[in-house]
Amino acid sequence: MINIIWGVMIVIGIIYGLISGNIEAINNEIIVSGKKGLDMILEMLPILVIWMGLMKIAEESGLLKKIANLFYPVLSKLFPSIPKGNKALGYIASNIAVNMMGLGSAATPFGLKAMDEMQKINQKKDTATDAMITFLVLNTSGVTLIPTTVISLRMLSGSAHPTEIILPAILATFCASVGGLSLDYLIRRRHK
Amino acid sequence: MNKISIIIIPIIVLGIVMYGYKKKLNIYDAFLTGAKEGLVSAFNIFPTLIAMVFAINIFLKSNFIGFILGFLKPVFKFLSIPLDILPMAILRPISGSSTLVIMNNLFENFGPDSFVGRLASIIQGCTDTTFYVMTLYFGSLKILKTRYAIKVGLFADLCGIVAAFIIANLFF
Repeated sequence: MINIIWGVMIVIGIIYGLISGNIEAINNEIIVSGKKGLDMILEMLPILVIWMGLMKIAEESGLLKKIANLFYPVLSKLFPSIPKGNKALGYIASNIAVNMMGLGSAATPFGLKAMDEMQKINQKKDTATDAMITFLVLNTSGVTLIPTTVISLRMLSGSAHPTEIILPAILATFCASVGGLSLDYLIRRRHK
Repeated sequence: MNKISIIIIPIIVLGIVMYGYKKKLNIYDAFLTGAKEGLVSAFNIFPTLIAMVFAINIFLKSNFIGFILGFLKPVFKFLSIPLDILPMAILRPISGSSTLVIMNNLFENFGPDSFVGRLASIIQGCTDTTFYVMTLYFGSLKILKTRYAIKVGLFADLCGIVAAFIIANLFF
């Protein structure tokens, strides 16, 4: 799927750019987009290194396992294919908890470790597992309780009530998660 | 609310380090082992991220989205959804940074406390950038066959955006 989308975006972009006379902007974009990607990774790199270091401490000290067991009753319903006591559950729980507080960049390393652990029990290494997809659906549908970036931007724009969108956003997030997880569940059942 | 989010990270760090001490772990060694893994992760993500930024930016710069918007306008008018929110709703799963820019423009033009401003805030806050998340996580494992992941991710986004519109109408 990514294979198709990736190619389609480039083909449509360039062809439409040629038709609409917008090709100069695209020419520039091709040259500078590598730099944009590099900037993104440079921004992420120190966060990844520090948090993965801290998480190793949490893992070896057994803290992660404790967190995993605490949330096991809920997680086992969402991720039936991950066996109890697997480290992936601890990372998933931590990722969701940190995400909920609106600390997206700190949540990413936890998510990457969760995927790593799920990959270890994956039979076909080039193919996504059910558990991975459920985890990513949960991640893309937000699970953010406090959208910190949005609130700070509202504050900067002089909003009288910058935090008034918290409750509506939580409700909308909830709808997105339920919608995504329901479709995920239906597809998984049909595949069996 | 802001105060809470400021102290959360230091508290998490403190908790991890203290627990490591309590279990008599060589925490410095453990940190270094993990930090190296972080470096490897970043290294693995790099090509996928560049590939995605490359394709997405060509697509965005061509303004093909603007072309599609022309067709969708009547539909939005019929549903009495403000037209100004349209670019935001379509771009949300593709590019988080461009929807932030759009949201900021809406704040400038209509004010953050207008209906459009609030709706934009809710949409920005209720979903994450699906393409970015998928690229990042699958890229780090070199997983190429993503099966139905993107379909479900986009469906979740759609649910979130539709819900945002309904909820904004109920609340404001």
